[in-house]
Amino acid sequence: MSAPNEGRGRRFARWLYPRRRAQLWFLLAAPLLWIVAVYLGSLLILLLNAFWAKDALTNTVTPFDWTLKAVIDIVTKPVYAIVAGRTLLIAVLVTITDAVLAFPIAYYMARVASPRRRGALVVAVLLPLWAAYLVKTFAWRTILQGNGFLSWLLSPFGIPGPGLDELPNAWLVLSYLWLPYMILPIYAGLERIPESLLEASADLGAKAGTTFRRVILPLAFPAVVAGSIFTFSLSLGDYIVPDLVADAKFIGNLIYDNSALGNLPVAAAYSLVPIVIMLVYLVVARRLGAFESL
Amino acid sequence: MTESAFVRVLLRVGTWLVLGFLYLPLIILAVYAFNPSRALAWPPPGLTLHWFAETATNPAVRAAFLNSIIAGAAATAIALVLGTLASLAVQRFSFFGRDTIAFALVLPIALPGVITGIALQTTFKTLGLNFGLMTIIIGHATFCVVIAYNNVVARLRRLPRTPEEASADLGADSWLTFRRITMPGMRTALLSGALLSFALSFDEIIVTLFTAGAGTQTIPIWIFTAIQRPTELPVVNVVALVLLLLSVIPVYLAQRIAGETARITR
Repeated sequence: MSAPNEGRGRRFARWLYPRRRAQLWFLLAAPLLWIVAVYLGSLLILLLNAFWAKDALTNTVTPFDWTLKAVIDIVTKPVYAIVAGRTLLIAVLVTITDAVLAFPIAYYMARVASPRRRGALVVAVLLPLWAAYLVKTFAWRTILQGNGFLSWLLSPFGIPGPGLDELPNAWLVLSYLWLPYMILPIYAGLERIPESLLEASADLGAKAGTTFRRVILPLAFPAVVAGSIFTFSLSLGDYIVPDLVADAKFIGNLIYDNSALGNLPVAAAYSLVPIVIMLVYLVVARRLGAFESL
Repeated sequence: MTESAFVRVLLRVGTWLVLGFLYLPLIILAVYAFNPSRALAWPPPGLTLHWFAETATNPAVRAAFLNSIIAGAAATAIALVLGTLASLAVQRFSFFGRDTIAFALVLPIALPGVITGIALQTTFKTLGLNFGLMTIIIGHATFCVVIAYNNVVARLRRLPRTPEEASADLGADSWLTFRRITMPGMRTALLSGALLSFALSFDEIIVTLFTAGAGTQTIPIWIFTAIQRPTELPVVNVVALVLLLLSVIPVYLAQRIAGETARITR
Protein backbone atom coordinates (compact mmCIF):
# COMPACT_ATOMS: atom_id res chain seq x y z
CA MET A 1 0.00 0.00 0.00
CA SER A 2 1.35 3.45 -0.85
CA ALA A 3 1.78 6.18 1.74
CA PRO A 4 -1.13 8.57 0.90
CA ASN A 5 -3.51 5.60 0.78
CA GLU A 6 -2.34 4.48 4.17
CA GLY A 7 -2.89 8.01 5.45
CA ARG A 8 -6.50 8.00 4.32
CA GLY A 9 -7.03 4.51 5.74
CA ARG A 10 -5.55 5.67 9.03
CA ARG A 11 -7.78 8.75 9.17
CA PHE A 12 -10.81 6.56 8.50
CA ALA A 13 -9.72 4.10 11.18
CA ARG A 14 -9.31 6.90 13.71
CA TRP A 15 -12.72 8.32 12.86
CA LEU A 16 -14.22 4.82 13.09
CA TYR A 17 -12.63 3.88 16.39
CA PRO A 18 -15.09 5.48 18.88
CA ARG A 19 -18.15 4.80 16.68
CA ARG A 20 -19.41 1.24 17.35
CA ARG A 21 -22.53 1.63 15.18
CA ALA A 22 -20.49 2.80 12.21
CA GLN A 23 -18.03 -0.07 12.73
CA LEU A 24 -20.86 -2.57 12.75
CA TRP A 25 -22.34 -1.19 9.54
CA PHE A 26 -18.93 -1.11 7.91
CA LEU A 27 -18.55 -4.84 8.67
CA LEU A 28 -22.11 -5.90 8.00
CA ALA A 29 -23.13 -3.92 4.91
CA ALA A 30 -21.47 -6.00 2.20
CA PRO A 31 -22.20 -9.53 3.53
CA LEU A 32 -25.74 -8.53 4.46
CA LEU A 33 -26.34 -7.10 1.01
CA TRP A 34 -25.00 -10.32 -0.53
CA ILE A 35 -26.96 -12.75 1.60
CA VAL A 36 -30.20 -10.74 1.46
CA ALA A 37 -30.07 -9.53 -2.14
CA VAL A 38 -28.49 -12.55 -3.81
CA TYR A 39 -29.55 -15.53 -1.72
CA LEU A 40 -32.72 -14.65 0.19
CA GLY A 41 -33.85 -12.47 -2.72
CA SER A 42 -33.48 -15.40 -5.08
CA LEU A 43 -35.41 -17.67 -2.74
CA LEU A 44 -38.19 -15.09 -2.63
CA ILE A 45 -38.31 -14.78 -6.42
CA LEU A 46 -38.42 -18.59 -6.65
CA LEU A 47 -41.29 -18.66 -4.16
CA LEU A 48 -43.19 -15.99 -6.12
CA ASN A 49 -42.72 -17.87 -9.40
CA ALA A 50 -44.60 -20.81 -7.90
CA PHE A 51 -47.71 -18.61 -7.81
CA TRP A 52 -47.30 -16.77 -11.11
CA ALA A 53 -48.96 -17.79 -14.36
CA LYS A 54 -47.00 -19.08 -17.33
CA ASP A 55 -47.79 -17.88 -20.82
CA ALA A 56 -48.33 -21.12 -22.76
CA LEU A 57 -47.36 -19.50 -26.05
CA THR A 58 -44.05 -17.84 -25.15
CA ASN A 59 -43.25 -20.23 -22.28
CA THR A 60 -42.36 -17.30 -20.05
CA VAL A 61 -43.69 -16.44 -16.62
CA THR A 62 -45.84 -13.32 -16.31
CA PRO A 63 -44.92 -11.62 -13.01
CA PHE A 64 -47.79 -10.67 -10.67
CA ASP A 65 -50.32 -12.73 -12.63
CA TRP A 66 -51.36 -14.78 -9.61
CA THR A 67 -52.53 -18.38 -9.95
CA LEU A 68 -52.49 -21.62 -7.93
CA LYS A 69 -52.18 -23.78 -11.05
CA ALA A 70 -48.63 -25.02 -10.36
CA VAL A 71 -49.41 -25.90 -6.74
CA ILE A 72 -52.57 -27.73 -7.83
CA ASP A 73 -50.48 -29.64 -10.42
CA ILE A 74 -48.06 -30.77 -7.73
CA VAL A 75 -50.83 -31.88 -5.39
CA THR A 76 -53.08 -33.62 -7.94
CA LYS A 77 -50.61 -35.35 -10.28
CA PRO A 78 -49.53 -38.58 -8.54
CA VAL A 79 -46.01 -38.54 -10.04
CA TYR A 80 -44.96 -35.70 -7.72
CA ALA A 81 -46.05 -37.55 -4.58
CA ILE A 82 -44.47 -40.81 -5.78
CA VAL A 83 -41.13 -39.15 -6.58
CA ALA A 84 -41.13 -37.24 -3.28
CA GLY A 85 -41.82 -40.48 -1.42
CA ARG A 86 -39.07 -42.31 -3.31
CA THR A 87 -36.53 -39.54 -2.62
CA LEU A 88 -37.47 -39.39 1.05
CA LEU A 89 -37.23 -43.17 1.39
CA ILE A 90 -33.75 -43.31 -0.18
CA ALA A 91 -32.56 -40.32 1.88
CA VAL A 92 -33.71 -42.05 5.09
CA LEU A 93 -32.18 -45.38 4.07
CA VAL A 94 -28.88 -43.70 3.15
CA THR A 95 -28.79 -41.94 6.52
CA ILE A 96 -29.44 -45.15 8.46
CA THR A 97 -26.91 -47.10 6.38
CA ASP A 98 -24.23 -44.47 6.91
CA ALA A 99 -24.87 -44.30 10.65
CA VAL A 100 -24.55 -48.09 10.91
CA LEU A 101 -21.39 -48.22 8.77
CA ALA A 102 -19.80 -45.17 10.38
CA PHE A 103 -20.23 -46.12 14.03
CA PRO A 104 -17.72 -49.01 14.26
CA ILE A 105 -14.92 -47.22 12.41
CA ALA A 106 -15.57 -43.96 14.30
CA TYR A 107 -15.57 -45.89 17.58
CA TYR A 108 -12.35 -47.67 16.66
CA MET A 109 -10.71 -44.36 15.73
CA ALA A 110 -11.84 -42.55 18.87
CA ARG A 111 -11.44 -45.16 21.59
CA VAL A 112 -9.30 -48.11 20.47
CA ALA A 113 -6.67 -46.98 17.96
CA SER A 114 -3.31 -45.62 19.13
CA PRO A 115 -2.85 -41.85 18.56
CA ARG A 116 -0.53 -42.57 15.64
CA ARG A 117 -2.97 -44.93 13.93
CA ARG A 118 -5.82 -42.53 14.72
CA GLY A 119 -4.09 -39.80 12.74
CA ALA A 120 -3.57 -42.14 9.81
CA LEU A 121 -7.23 -43.19 9.89
CA VAL A 122 -8.45 -39.57 9.90
CA VAL A 123 -6.40 -38.97 6.75
CA ALA A 124 -7.69 -42.24 5.27
CA VAL A 125 -11.29 -41.06 5.77
CA LEU A 126 -10.55 -37.52 4.56
CA LEU A 127 -9.07 -38.62 1.23
CA PRO A 128 -12.27 -40.15 -0.22
CA LEU A 129 -14.19 -37.17 1.18
CA TRP A 130 -12.07 -34.70 -0.78
CA ALA A 131 -12.06 -36.80 -3.95
CA ALA A 132 -14.34 -35.26 -6.57
CA TYR A 133 -18.05 -36.10 -6.36
CA LEU A 134 -18.40 -36.89 -10.06
CA VAL A 135 -15.22 -38.98 -10.05
CA LYS A 136 -16.68 -41.17 -7.30
CA THR A 137 -20.05 -41.38 -9.05
CA PHE A 138 -18.32 -42.30 -12.29
CA ALA A 139 -16.32 -45.00 -10.48
CA TRP A 140 -19.58 -46.60 -9.36
CA ARG A 141 -20.96 -46.40 -12.89
CA THR A 142 -18.03 -48.47 -14.12
CA ILE A 143 -18.50 -50.96 -11.26
CA LEU A 144 -22.26 -51.38 -11.63
CA GLN A 145 -22.62 -51.43 -15.42
CA GLY A 146 -23.42 -54.61 -17.35
CA ASN A 147 -19.89 -55.98 -17.88
CA GLY A 148 -18.25 -54.04 -15.06
CA PHE A 149 -16.40 -55.10 -11.91
CA LEU A 150 -19.46 -56.28 -10.01
CA SER A 151 -20.76 -58.57 -12.73
CA TRP A 152 -17.19 -59.95 -13.12
CA LEU A 153 -17.16 -60.60 -9.37
CA LEU A 154 -20.58 -62.24 -9.43
CA SER A 155 -20.14 -64.24 -12.66
CA PRO A 156 -18.66 -67.38 -10.97
CA PHE A 157 -21.95 -67.64 -9.05
CA GLY A 158 -24.03 -67.21 -12.18
CA ILE A 159 -25.57 -63.95 -10.91
CA PRO A 160 -25.78 -61.10 -13.45
CA GLY A 161 -24.57 -57.60 -12.55
CA PRO A 162 -27.16 -55.00 -11.59
CA GLY A 163 -26.79 -52.70 -14.61
CA LEU A 164 -27.42 -48.96 -14.41
CA ASP A 165 -31.19 -48.79 -14.03
CA GLU A 166 -31.91 -50.19 -10.57
CA LEU A 167 -33.16 -47.94 -7.76
CA PRO A 168 -31.04 -49.71 -5.06
CA ASN A 169 -27.96 -48.44 -6.95
CA ALA A 170 -28.89 -44.90 -5.89
CA TRP A 171 -29.08 -46.04 -2.26
CA LEU A 172 -25.67 -47.76 -2.53
CA VAL A 173 -23.86 -44.90 -4.28
CA LEU A 174 -25.34 -42.13 -2.12
CA SER A 175 -24.41 -44.12 1.01
CA TYR A 176 -20.88 -44.40 -0.36
CA LEU A 177 -20.62 -40.70 -1.20
CA TRP A 178 -21.77 -39.33 2.16
CA LEU A 179 -20.23 -41.96 4.47
CA PRO A 180 -17.16 -39.82 5.41
CA TYR A 181 -19.54 -36.95 6.35
CA MET A 182 -21.05 -39.31 8.95
CA ILE A 183 -17.79 -40.86 10.19
CA LEU A 184 -16.09 -37.57 11.10
CA PRO A 185 -18.80 -36.03 13.35
CA ILE A 186 -19.37 -39.36 15.15
CA TYR A 187 -15.62 -39.72 15.65
CA ALA A 188 -15.43 -36.20 17.09
CA GLY A 189 -18.47 -36.86 19.30
CA LEU A 190 -17.05 -40.12 20.68
CA GLU A 191 -13.68 -38.53 21.29
CA ARG A 192 -15.28 -35.83 23.45
CA ILE A 193 -16.72 -38.36 25.92
CA PRO A 194 -14.52 -38.19 29.03
CA GLU A 195 -12.85 -41.45 30.00
CA SER A 196 -13.84 -40.77 33.65
CA LEU A 197 -17.54 -41.25 32.80
CA LEU A 198 -16.87 -44.75 31.49
CA GLU A 199 -14.75 -45.59 34.53
CA ALA A 200 -17.51 -44.30 36.81
CA SER A 201 -20.03 -46.48 35.00
CA ALA A 202 -17.77 -49.52 35.39
CA ASP A 203 -17.14 -48.69 39.07
CA LEU A 204 -20.88 -48.60 39.65
CA GLY A 205 -21.07 -52.16 38.36
CA ALA A 206 -22.17 -51.69 34.76
CA LYS A 207 -20.98 -54.29 32.26
CA ALA A 208 -19.35 -53.06 29.04
CA GLY A 209 -22.60 -53.55 27.11
CA THR A 210 -24.59 -51.55 29.65
CA THR A 211 -22.04 -48.73 29.63
CA PHE A 212 -22.26 -48.65 25.85
CA ARG A 213 -26.06 -48.52 25.83
CA ARG A 214 -26.58 -46.18 28.78
CA VAL A 215 -23.55 -43.85 28.58
CA ILE A 216 -21.77 -43.91 25.23
CA LEU A 217 -24.76 -44.17 22.90
CA PRO A 218 -26.80 -41.32 24.46
CA LEU A 219 -23.72 -39.06 24.54
CA ALA A 220 -22.83 -39.85 20.92
CA PHE A 221 -26.37 -39.51 19.60
CA PRO A 222 -26.26 -35.72 18.92
CA ALA A 223 -23.15 -36.35 16.80
CA VAL A 224 -25.02 -38.98 14.77
CA VAL A 225 -27.85 -36.47 14.22
CA ALA A 226 -25.28 -33.84 13.20
CA GLY A 227 -23.83 -36.23 10.62
CA SER A 228 -27.31 -37.13 9.45
CA ILE A 229 -27.97 -33.50 8.47
CA PHE A 230 -25.31 -33.93 5.77
CA THR A 231 -26.30 -37.42 4.61
CA PHE A 232 -30.01 -36.56 4.57
CA SER A 233 -29.82 -33.10 3.00
CA LEU A 234 -27.27 -34.10 0.37
CA SER A 235 -29.31 -37.19 -0.61
CA LEU A 236 -32.58 -35.25 -0.65
CA GLY A 237 -31.27 -32.69 -3.15
CA ASP A 238 -29.21 -34.96 -5.38
CA TYR A 239 -30.27 -35.35 -9.00
CA ILE A 240 -27.00 -36.46 -10.61
CA VAL A 241 -26.57 -39.85 -8.89
CA PRO A 242 -30.14 -41.09 -9.49
CA ASP A 243 -29.75 -40.12 -13.14
CA LEU A 244 -26.29 -41.61 -13.67
CA VAL A 245 -26.47 -44.90 -11.75
CA ALA A 246 -30.16 -45.72 -11.28
CA ASP A 247 -31.97 -44.09 -14.21
CA ALA A 248 -34.48 -42.94 -11.58
CA LYS A 249 -36.18 -39.61 -10.94
CA PHE A 250 -35.71 -37.85 -7.62
CA ILE A 251 -37.19 -34.52 -6.47
CA GLY A 252 -34.21 -32.68 -7.92
CA ASN A 253 -34.67 -34.33 -11.34
CA LEU A 254 -38.27 -33.15 -11.61
CA ILE A 255 -37.22 -29.64 -10.58
CA TYR A 256 -34.41 -29.65 -13.15
CA ASP A 257 -36.52 -31.19 -15.94
CA ASN A 258 -39.45 -28.82 -15.39
CA SER A 259 -37.13 -25.84 -15.37
CA ALA A 260 -35.36 -27.04 -18.52
CA LEU A 261 -38.73 -27.45 -20.26
CA GLY A 262 -39.60 -23.88 -19.33
CA ASN A 263 -42.20 -24.91 -16.76
CA LEU A 264 -40.76 -22.68 -14.07
CA PRO A 265 -43.87 -22.35 -11.85
CA VAL A 266 -44.07 -26.13 -11.37
CA ALA A 267 -40.32 -26.36 -10.72
CA ALA A 268 -40.63 -23.54 -8.18
CA ALA A 269 -43.70 -25.02 -6.49
CA TYR A 270 -42.05 -28.44 -6.22
CA SER A 271 -38.93 -26.82 -4.67
CA LEU A 272 -41.08 -26.02 -1.66
CA VAL A 273 -41.23 -29.75 -0.84
CA PRO A 274 -37.49 -30.22 -0.02
CA ILE A 275 -37.35 -26.77 1.61
CA VAL A 276 -40.17 -27.67 4.02
CA ILE A 277 -38.75 -31.17 4.67
CA MET A 278 -35.30 -29.73 5.39
CA LEU A 279 -36.60 -26.96 7.67
CA VAL A 280 -38.55 -29.52 9.71
CA TYR A 281 -35.45 -31.74 9.82
CA LEU A 282 -33.27 -28.84 11.01
CA VAL A 283 -35.74 -27.89 13.76
CA VAL A 284 -35.87 -31.49 15.01
CA ALA A 285 -32.06 -31.85 14.77
CA ARG A 286 -31.63 -28.65 16.74
CA ARG A 287 -33.90 -29.95 19.53
CA LEU A 288 -31.84 -33.16 19.64
CA GLY A 289 -28.74 -31.05 20.30
CA ALA A 290 -27.10 -31.67 16.94
CA PHE A 291 -26.03 -28.05 16.38
CA GLU A 292 -23.65 -28.16 19.36
CA SER A 293 -21.92 -31.18 17.78
CA LEU A 294 -21.35 -29.64 14.36
CA MET B 1 -10.17 -49.38 27.95
CA THR B 2 -13.52 -50.92 28.64
CA GLU B 3 -13.79 -52.88 25.40
CA SER B 4 -13.18 -56.61 25.58
CA ALA B 5 -10.64 -58.23 23.28
CA PHE B 6 -13.45 -59.75 21.22
CA VAL B 7 -15.18 -56.39 20.69
CA ARG B 8 -11.87 -54.82 19.70
CA VAL B 9 -11.27 -57.48 17.06
CA LEU B 10 -14.80 -56.91 15.70
CA LEU B 11 -14.17 -53.15 15.58
CA ARG B 12 -10.90 -53.68 13.77
CA VAL B 13 -12.55 -55.92 11.18
CA GLY B 14 -15.39 -53.41 10.74
CA THR B 15 -12.88 -50.60 10.26
CA TRP B 16 -11.00 -52.49 7.57
CA LEU B 17 -14.22 -53.42 5.77
CA VAL B 18 -15.38 -49.79 5.70
CA LEU B 19 -11.96 -48.64 4.47
CA GLY B 20 -12.13 -51.31 1.75
CA PHE B 21 -15.58 -50.05 0.75
CA LEU B 22 -14.27 -46.46 0.62
CA TYR B 23 -11.18 -47.24 -1.43
CA LEU B 24 -12.18 -50.08 -3.79
CA PRO B 25 -14.04 -47.81 -6.29
CA LEU B 26 -11.11 -45.37 -6.32
CA ILE B 27 -8.61 -48.16 -7.05
CA ILE B 28 -10.74 -49.59 -9.85
CA LEU B 29 -11.01 -46.14 -11.37
CA ALA B 30 -7.25 -45.65 -11.21
CA VAL B 31 -6.75 -48.89 -13.15
CA TYR B 32 -9.17 -47.79 -15.89
CA ALA B 33 -7.00 -44.76 -16.71
CA PHE B 34 -4.52 -47.24 -18.27
CA ASN B 35 -7.21 -49.17 -20.13
CA PRO B 36 -6.39 -49.44 -23.85
CA SER B 37 -10.00 -50.16 -24.84
CA ARG B 38 -12.71 -47.51 -25.19
CA ALA B 39 -15.17 -49.86 -23.45
CA LEU B 40 -15.27 -50.14 -19.67
CA ALA B 41 -15.45 -53.95 -19.38
CA TRP B 42 -13.69 -55.46 -16.35
CA PRO B 43 -10.93 -56.62 -16.33
CA PRO B 44 -9.26 -54.25 -18.84
CA PRO B 45 -7.60 -56.10 -21.75
CA GLY B 46 -4.18 -54.51 -21.15
CA LEU B 47 -2.37 -51.38 -20.03
CA THR B 48 -1.41 -48.25 -21.94
CA LEU B 49 -0.36 -44.65 -21.40
CA HIS B 50 -1.91 -43.58 -24.69
CA TRP B 51 -4.91 -41.70 -23.24
CA PHE B 52 -2.77 -39.45 -21.04
CA ALA B 53 -1.32 -37.74 -24.11
CA GLU B 54 -4.78 -37.56 -25.66
CA THR B 55 -6.16 -35.90 -22.50
CA ALA B 56 -3.34 -33.37 -22.17
CA THR B 57 -4.14 -31.94 -25.60
CA ASN B 58 -7.93 -32.14 -25.37
CA PRO B 59 -9.12 -28.52 -25.83
CA ALA B 60 -12.46 -29.03 -24.02
CA VAL B 61 -10.72 -30.47 -20.95
CA ARG B 62 -8.21 -27.63 -20.88
CA ALA B 63 -10.90 -24.95 -21.21
CA ALA B 64 -13.00 -26.59 -18.49
CA PHE B 65 -9.99 -26.81 -16.20
CA LEU B 66 -9.23 -23.12 -16.68
CA ASN B 67 -12.87 -22.17 -16.03
CA SER B 68 -12.91 -24.25 -12.84
CA ILE B 69 -9.76 -22.57 -11.56
CA ILE B 70 -11.04 -19.06 -12.34
CA ALA B 71 -14.44 -19.78 -10.77
CA GLY B 72 -12.82 -21.33 -7.69
CA ALA B 73 -10.39 -18.45 -7.19
CA ALA B 74 -13.02 -15.73 -7.70
CA ALA B 75 -15.65 -17.41 -5.51
CA THR B 76 -13.05 -17.99 -2.79
CA ALA B 77 -11.92 -14.35 -2.89
CA ILE B 78 -15.50 -13.08 -2.55
CA ALA B 79 -16.21 -15.62 0.18
CA LEU B 80 -13.15 -14.72 2.26
CA VAL B 81 -13.92 -10.99 2.23
CA LEU B 82 -17.65 -11.28 2.92
CA GLY B 83 -17.31 -14.23 5.33
CA THR B 84 -14.65 -12.46 7.40
CA LEU B 85 -16.63 -9.21 7.60
CA ALA B 86 -19.77 -11.07 8.63
CA SER B 87 -18.00 -13.19 11.24
CA LEU B 88 -16.39 -10.12 12.82
CA ALA B 89 -19.80 -8.44 13.01
CA VAL B 90 -21.58 -11.48 14.48
CA GLN B 91 -18.80 -12.39 16.90
CA ARG B 92 -17.59 -8.97 18.07
CA PHE B 93 -20.86 -7.03 18.29
CA SER B 94 -24.27 -7.61 19.77
CA PHE B 95 -27.14 -6.10 17.85
CA PHE B 96 -30.80 -6.60 17.02
CA GLY B 97 -31.30 -9.48 14.58
CA ARG B 98 -27.89 -11.05 15.14
CA ASP B 99 -29.24 -14.60 15.53
CA THR B 100 -31.38 -14.19 12.42
CA ILE B 101 -28.36 -13.13 10.38
CA ALA B 102 -26.30 -16.01 11.78
CA PHE B 103 -29.08 -18.41 10.74
CA ALA B 104 -29.51 -16.88 7.28
CA LEU B 105 -25.77 -17.22 6.75
CA VAL B 106 -25.84 -21.03 7.07
CA LEU B 107 -28.98 -21.57 4.95
CA PRO B 108 -27.10 -21.91 1.63
CA ILE B 109 -25.45 -25.12 2.81
CA ALA B 110 -28.25 -26.42 5.04
CA LEU B 111 -30.79 -26.38 2.21
CA PRO B 112 -30.22 -28.81 -0.69
CA GLY B 113 -28.08 -27.42 -3.52
CA VAL B 114 -30.85 -27.95 -6.04
CA ILE B 115 -32.83 -25.19 -4.24
CA THR B 116 -29.92 -22.72 -4.44
CA GLY B 117 -29.51 -23.69 -8.09
CA ILE B 118 -33.10 -23.23 -9.21
CA ALA B 119 -33.52 -20.06 -7.11
CA LEU B 120 -30.46 -18.38 -8.64
CA GLN B 121 -31.36 -19.53 -12.14
CA THR B 122 -34.87 -18.12 -11.79
CA THR B 123 -33.49 -14.81 -10.54
CA PHE B 124 -30.85 -14.53 -13.26
CA LYS B 125 -33.53 -15.23 -15.88
CA THR B 126 -35.90 -12.70 -14.32
CA LEU B 127 -33.13 -10.08 -14.32
CA GLY B 128 -32.13 -10.98 -17.88
CA LEU B 129 -28.49 -11.76 -16.98
CA ASN B 130 -26.30 -13.63 -19.47
CA PHE B 131 -25.36 -17.07 -18.22
CA GLY B 132 -21.64 -17.83 -18.13
CA LEU B 133 -18.60 -17.74 -15.88
CA MET B 134 -19.99 -14.72 -13.99
CA THR B 135 -23.21 -16.47 -12.98
CA ILE B 136 -21.22 -19.60 -12.02
CA ILE B 137 -19.05 -17.47 -9.72
CA ILE B 138 -22.08 -15.83 -8.09
CA GLY B 139 -23.60 -19.28 -7.45
CA HIS B 140 -20.40 -20.69 -5.97
CA ALA B 141 -19.79 -17.62 -3.82
CA THR B 142 -23.19 -18.02 -2.09
CA PHE B 143 -22.17 -21.30 -0.47
CA CYS B 144 -18.45 -20.49 -0.18
CA VAL B 145 -19.34 -17.44 1.98
CA VAL B 146 -20.89 -19.87 4.47
CA ILE B 147 -17.72 -21.95 4.58
CA ALA B 148 -15.47 -18.94 5.16
CA TYR B 149 -17.89 -17.50 7.72
CA ASN B 150 -18.10 -20.79 9.66
CA ASN B 151 -14.33 -21.20 9.80
CA VAL B 152 -13.60 -17.65 10.91
CA VAL B 153 -16.48 -17.39 13.38
CA ALA B 154 -15.35 -20.61 15.10
CA ARG B 155 -11.85 -19.18 15.41
CA LEU B 156 -12.99 -15.78 16.72
CA ARG B 157 -15.03 -17.57 19.39
CA ARG B 158 -11.84 -19.18 20.70
CA LEU B 159 -9.48 -16.23 20.37
CA PRO B 160 -9.16 -14.25 23.62
CA ARG B 161 -10.30 -10.61 23.46
CA THR B 162 -7.63 -9.29 25.85
CA PRO B 163 -4.85 -8.72 23.24
CA GLU B 164 -7.25 -6.60 21.17
CA GLU B 165 -8.18 -4.56 24.23
CA ALA B 166 -4.52 -4.18 25.20
CA SER B 167 -3.73 -3.00 21.68
CA ALA B 168 -6.49 -0.39 21.90
CA ASP B 169 -5.31 0.71 25.35
CA LEU B 170 -1.83 1.21 23.95
CA GLY B 171 -3.27 3.66 21.42
CA ALA B 172 -3.69 1.55 18.29
CA ASP B 173 -6.70 2.40 16.13
CA SER B 174 -9.13 -0.29 14.88
CA TRP B 175 -7.28 -0.83 11.60
CA LEU B 176 -3.89 -1.31 13.28
CA THR B 177 -5.40 -3.63 15.88
CA PHE B 178 -7.07 -5.64 13.15
CA ARG B 179 -3.88 -5.93 11.12
CA ARG B 180 -1.48 -6.70 13.96
CA ILE B 181 -3.67 -8.67 16.41
CA THR B 182 -6.92 -10.00 14.96
CA MET B 183 -5.62 -10.91 11.50
CA PRO B 184 -2.67 -13.07 12.66
CA GLY B 185 -5.06 -14.91 15.00
CA MET B 186 -7.45 -15.65 12.13
CA ARG B 187 -4.76 -16.59 9.63
CA THR B 188 -5.06 -20.38 9.69
CA ALA B 189 -8.87 -20.17 9.83
CA LEU B 190 -8.77 -18.06 6.67
CA LEU B 191 -6.42 -20.54 5.03
CA SER B 192 -8.58 -23.55 5.80
CA GLY B 193 -11.69 -21.58 4.78
CA ALA B 194 -10.04 -20.72 1.47
CA LEU B 195 -8.96 -24.32 0.92
CA LEU B 196 -12.43 -25.68 1.60
CA SER B 197 -14.12 -22.97 -0.51
CA PHE B 198 -11.89 -23.60 -3.47
CA ALA B 199 -12.29 -27.37 -3.25
CA LEU B 200 -16.08 -27.12 -2.96
CA SER B 201 -16.26 -24.76 -5.91
CA PHE B 202 -13.94 -26.94 -7.99
CA ASP B 203 -16.16 -29.97 -7.30
CA GLU B 204 -19.60 -28.36 -7.54
CA ILE B 205 -22.16 -29.52 -10.12
CA ILE B 206 -25.62 -29.51 -8.47
CA VAL B 207 -25.81 -25.70 -8.40
CA THR B 208 -23.51 -25.15 -11.37
CA LEU B 209 -25.72 -27.00 -13.89
CA PHE B 210 -28.42 -24.41 -13.13
CA THR B 211 -26.17 -21.34 -13.33
CA ALA B 212 -23.73 -22.22 -16.14
CA GLY B 213 -25.82 -21.78 -19.26
CA ALA B 214 -25.08 -23.70 -22.43
CA GLY B 215 -21.70 -22.31 -23.47
CA THR B 216 -19.54 -22.60 -20.35
CA GLN B 217 -18.13 -25.82 -18.91
CA THR B 218 -16.36 -26.43 -15.63
CA ILE B 219 -14.52 -29.69 -15.01
CA PRO B 220 -17.50 -31.38 -13.26
CA ILE B 221 -19.85 -30.29 -16.06
CA TRP B 222 -17.40 -31.59 -18.66
CA ILE B 223 -17.24 -34.97 -16.88
CA PHE B 224 -21.02 -35.09 -16.56
CA THR B 225 -21.52 -34.59 -20.30
CA ALA B 226 -18.56 -36.75 -21.38
CA ILE B 227 -19.68 -39.72 -19.22
CA GLN B 228 -22.70 -40.06 -21.45
CA ARG B 229 -20.65 -40.15 -24.68
CA PRO B 230 -18.89 -43.55 -25.06
CA THR B 231 -16.09 -42.18 -27.27
CA GLU B 232 -15.01 -39.76 -24.54
CA LEU B 233 -14.75 -42.40 -21.79
CA PRO B 234 -10.97 -43.00 -21.99
CA VAL B 235 -10.35 -39.26 -21.49
CA VAL B 236 -12.83 -39.23 -18.59
CA ASN B 237 -10.83 -42.06 -16.99
CA VAL B 238 -7.60 -40.08 -17.16
CA VAL B 239 -9.20 -36.86 -15.91
CA ALA B 240 -10.71 -38.84 -13.04
CA LEU B 241 -7.32 -40.27 -12.05
CA VAL B 242 -5.70 -36.83 -12.23
CA LEU B 243 -8.44 -35.32 -10.03
CA LEU B 244 -8.05 -38.23 -7.62
CA LEU B 245 -4.32 -37.57 -7.32
CA LEU B 246 -4.91 -33.81 -6.99
CA SER B 247 -7.22 -34.37 -4.01
CA VAL B 248 -4.16 -35.45 -2.00
CA ILE B 249 -3.03 -31.80 -2.00
CA PRO B 250 -5.92 -30.32 0.04
CA VAL B 251 -5.80 -33.25 2.49
CA TYR B 252 -2.09 -32.64 3.03
CA LEU B 253 -2.56 -28.87 3.38
CA ALA B 254 -5.54 -29.32 5.72
CA GLN B 255 -3.46 -31.54 7.99
CA ARG B 256 -0.65 -28.99 8.09
CA ILE B 257 -3.06 -26.14 8.83
CA ALA B 258 -4.67 -28.22 11.58
CA GLY B 259 -1.25 -28.82 13.12
CA GLU B 260 -0.44 -25.12 13.08
CA THR B 261 -3.89 -24.23 14.47
CA ALA B 262 -3.35 -26.61 17.38
CA ARG B 263 -0.08 -24.80 18.13
CA ILE B 264 -1.66 -21.34 18.04
CA THR B 265 -4.76 -21.99 20.10
CA ARG B 266 -3.16 -24.26 22.65
